Amino acid sequence: MVNLVMNGKDIRVPKGTTILDAAKMNHISIPHLCYLKDINDIGACRVCVVEVKGLERLVTSCNNTVEEGMEVFTNSPRVRTVRKTNVQLILSQHDSNCAICNRSGNCSLQTLSNNLGIHTPFFKKELPNETWNEVYPLIRDPQKCIKCMRCVQVCDKIQSMNIWDIAKTGARTTVDVSENRDINSANCAICGQCITHCPVGALSERNDMQKVFDMLADKDKVVIVQVAPAVRTAWAEELGLSQEKATVKRMVAALKRIGFDYVFDTTFTADLTIMEEGTEFLNKLGGGESEKYPLFTSCCPGWVRFLKYEYPEYVGQLSSAKSPQQMFGAVTKTYYAQKMGIDPENIFNVSIMPCIAKKYECGVSVLDDAGYGPDVDVVLTTRELSRMIRAEHIVVDDLPEEEFDLPLGIGSGAGVIFGATGGVMEAALRTAYFVVNGKNPDPDLFQDVRGVDGWKEATVNLGGNVVKAAIASGLGNARKLMNAVKKGDVDYHFVEIMACPGGCAGGGGQPIHDGEELAEERGKYLYGLDQIDNLRFSHENPSVLACYEEFFGEPLSEKAHHLLHTDHSEWELEI
Amino acid sequence: MSRLTVMTENKAQQTVENIYKDLERRIVASPPGLCPIDLLSSFLKMTHAQTCGKCVPCRIGLGKLENLLDAILDGTATTETLDMIQKTAETVYYSADCAIGWESAEMVLKGLMGFREDFLSHITSGKCTFELNQPVPCRSLCPAGVDIPGYIALINEGRHQDAIKLIRKDNPFPAVCGLICEHPCERRCRRNMVDAPINIRGLKRYAAEHAGKVPVSKIAEGTGKKVAIVGGGPSGLSAAYYLALMGHKVEVIEKRKRLGGMLAYGIPNYRLPVELLNADIDAILSAGVKVHYEVEVGQDVKLEELKKDFDAVYIAIGAHIDKKLSIDGLDAEGIYSAVDILRQIGDGEMPIFEGLNVSVIGGGNVAMDVARTAKRLNAKSVSVLYRRRKDDMTALPEEIEAAMAEGCEIYDLSSPLSIEKDEAGKITSVLIKPQIISSIKDGRPTPKDADRQTEAIPTDILIIAIGQGIESREFEKYGVEVKKGTISSLETAEIAGIDGFFAGGDCVTGPATVIRAIAAGKVAAANIDNYLGFNHIIESNVEIPEAKLVDRDPRGRVNMKDRPAAIRINDFDLVELGMSQEEAQQESSRCLRCDHFGYGIFKGGRYLKW
Repeated sequence: MVNLVMNGKDIRVPKGTTILDAAKMNHISIPHLCYLKDINDIGACRVCVVEVKGLERLVTSCNNTVEEGMEVFTNSPRVRTVRKTNVQLILSQHDSNCAICNRSGNCSLQTLSNNLGIHTPFFKKELPNETWNEVYPLIRDPQKCIKCMRCVQVCDKIQSMNIWDIAKTGARTTVDVSENRDINSANCAICGQCITHCPVGALSERNDMQKVFDMLADKDKVVIVQVAPAVRTAWAEELGLSQEKATVKRMVAALKRIGFDYVFDTTFTADLTIMEEGTEFLNKLGGGESEKYPLFTSCCPGWVRFLKYEYPEYVGQLSSAKSPQQMFGAVTKTYYAQKMGIDPENIFNVSIMPCIAKKYECGVSVLDDAGYGPDVDVVLTTRELSRMIRAEHIVVDDLPEEEFDLPLGIGSGAGVIFGATGGVMEAALRTAYFVVNGKNPDPDLFQDVRGVDGWKEATVNLGGNVVKAAIASGLGNARKLMNAVKKGDVDYHFVEIMACPGGCAGGGGQPIHDGEELAEERGKYLYGLDQIDNLRFSHENPSVLACYEEFFGEPLSEKAHHLLHTDHSEWELEI
Repeated sequence: MSRLTVMTENKAQQTVENIYKDLERRIVASPPGLCPIDLLSSFLKMTHAQTCGKCVPCRIGLGKLENLLDAILDGTATTETLDMIQKTAETVYYSADCAIGWESAEMVLKGLMGFREDFLSHITSGKCTFELNQPVPCRSLCPAGVDIPGYIALINEGRHQDAIKLIRKDNPFPAVCGLICEHPCERRCRRNMVDAPINIRGLKRYAAEHAGKVPVSKIAEGTGKKVAIVGGGPSGLSAAYYLALMGHKVEVIEKRKRLGGMLAYGIPNYRLPVELLNADIDAILSAGVKVHYEVEVGQDVKLEELKKDFDAVYIAIGAHIDKKLSIDGLDAEGIYSAVDILRQIGDGEMPIFEGLNVSVIGGGNVAMDVARTAKRLNAKSVSVLYRRRKDDMTALPEEIEAAMAEGCEIYDLSSPLSIEKDEAGKITSVLIKPQIISSIKDGRPTPKDADRQTEAIPTDILIIAIGQGIESREFEKYGVEVKKGTISSLETAEIAGIDGFFAGGDCVTGPATVIRAIAAGKVAAANIDNYLGFNHIIESNVEIPEAKLVDRDPRGRVNMKDRPAAIRINDFDLVELGMSQEEAQQESSRCLRCDHFGYGIFKGGRYLKW
């Protein structure tokens, strides 16, 4: 333990504690901006500086540790002036037109400068003159970037993709795509983790809301919306709703209020994915020695892009089953249109996803198997959903709950946990167990695959076959796993990978809470929903069963093959 | 009005003078990877401030050049801008009245030629081709990438054993390098911006002297693979050390009686005592390296046999052949090559120079080594003959200074013309043609014959030290490519076209520094390990102390002291004195910890393993 004095108060903290943490433990708040625990402690913004008695110059509290007998002042006159001036310097190169910024109200710089009482510009404003590819799902606004380097760090350290780097030198130093590449040729997985870790509005998703509003205004269009499992954990986080009120049914009500004709649940096609992918896996198990393992899940387009760029030799081992989003698009424009007597030409499919890569996926040219343009027309993120709700001025607080529409609004608990890392694997194992043994397992039998550990393993006995499964989330972990697979250090049959740490719950399209990682908490919510669901097996989903009976016949049927599977080698990676 | 006044400096002038000095030191410490156009534009701003304002091209033209360069940097320029820069700079160059103008313009013209691609990249893509690369200057300039701030912090805490462990992660010769490393690490030390670079080599020596015997790190499980190392010098032994730690079976094939290569057969004991060299070598061998002494490849063992018996071969034979001089009379008795003399001494056979006039031709470190050795062997006189000026000598300034202090006479601007001999064929003197320093070519002033008479330097023994080459015949026969007298190997140390063969050190670079040879051995070890199908990790597991929060106020650098010249010329004992505990403590506290402060904490501050 180390004894020190902070703002005149004697305090005692463990050795190795940073000054910032020591302050926090003792209820002293030191403002900071670029700092992000365990990811970015480079002291770039110089906002968290404090004065240490005996030292001429100030020190950053985020990356310097306490020393015995140290006397720290977090609000001395010098600290106050320097901190404020540094924020003013940052503002001189930041487009602070907050009224039209999508991070207004959720911006660390805005909060900080407001808290510091900066209400008039101090330095002349000098904004950089750079451009960006506006059609790419990931948008960078150079005029808002404050060069905190968080995007660089999260992409390097957590995702191992090294997409961002410092560019230019001297006074013109900025952040840009690394190695002088264009974003479209940079092998970006489009996971969006840089967006969710950006303290300001410099990084965001491509705004696709207007396309949806335009279609909603078109009387001839039947606008269908599907909502991904993970969205329900976070949709109201930016709307100030209490957790009790932020229910799935209230989200459905909000969507109906916006004017969608049908509100469906992607959980339905999550169950359909289990039927297809599970059957594909069991067939593989019975396929003899020539089969190549492991089989990789393919529902996460960030992971799919990663694999295609970084380990192209494994593309043939991706499950050919489409992602739930794409299955949904294909099913609504065929089976559902037929069932309801709607001209598929008039269907406009919107999907709400916790994800940026899904914006890429829906645009892949071969994902148009229904024959009426792209199977999914527009993807909105969870953040765009809450913006739409706000744009419509819907007071969600007192909105009565409503049910998903039938029949594509029915999903099992197994489908719901798709939104958390390990969920796809668990759902698949529940159904595989049933197929092999002819009876359901205890739905909580496969608990080994739960939790937010970056790389999990489980061994399951499927009718005498010992199946080795692995789950990874976060592309840094995916890379570790793939290197081990490549080297032959591990030997798996079935592998689930999600690009974002913690899975879709921590997706790049989810609401942003600076400095907080909410994937675990949101994942628990999904497991809670599964727990209280009466329907916990994909193969018991009545809508899925009806869908096979009325349309597809059986998993991997010719029709299923045509509409629910894809040839990954045909996907283009550039946009 | 007084007719004349005494010039006095006012406070403002004094301050400006001090700022000039600060700026000089700052330029010395300039980090690598800066945008050259950005620098050029900044320098122009400074040179423009120097203009007296009289002449048009300098007063106005330099400002226009600044603006044009800024347009390039701001991404608003076109290729026409380049033409304008060219035309404007040429106008200033051709028409400025004094050097303030024409030298500024020449700087721009040099840039247009030297980094034209970068200009174009700025224009076409708005991007700089230079990667910003500002991590830890000392570490990035050390060829072996030793974690210098790390070990300095450990020395500061008195953890000398840990310091040695950390150094050994990248360099298995801490004691040797503590004494004779050319310390490129100190060149751009950021401490230059404050006062003067840290005495890094001195601190390393202090750690090696105070650590005692430090066991080598854990050896990996045996791989069953065998690697032959041809040549037991610093490069071969470094490769041997890391390959042994990785679990491979390593055998060193050494032509001579002792290991160490040039460290044993080139560097005199008074600079590198044999017991300190042996301490490093013993540690290396303790990792399980087997040595075959006095085995010559080509003669005693064929390369074909090595290829058959080993899974990989590293050629690190060094550069031990002397370069020949072409003047008349070289057949005289009493003429030796520096390499031969030093090799003889390395094997413990001292030549007899007592009472003789010894002359040395050359201006490099080896020339100083033989000159100072001759002095210790009681030569009557020692003369160093060199074509250029003393300032142009390639030997380290401290070596030249030490040689002079010990009584060696430097005859600079003296080009050997021929050898005079007596009837018995014995050398009597060296005729030298006095030189005048002349034009500068490729940044180096060249000498030419001066309008002065030739001189005779009385000489009984002449030692020629004008550089070394490599003995490449055997390897050439085997198909190894030899270009300009050195073995060609790739950046990975692989020899193209010969599977499993690697080469590095002086035999690839030509005579260079020990740290470059060590670095080549490290690179070879990593790539041989991969070639053998492994990816062993070398790490130290030493915990590095946190950077201390103290004001790093200006403070003089602790320099090393030498034993008095009058005493040291009587023996071959170590000349340089180490730091005291008090000095090491103070010097290590001067480190600015660039691994923690500045860019280092973001990227490139520390590589824990390789």
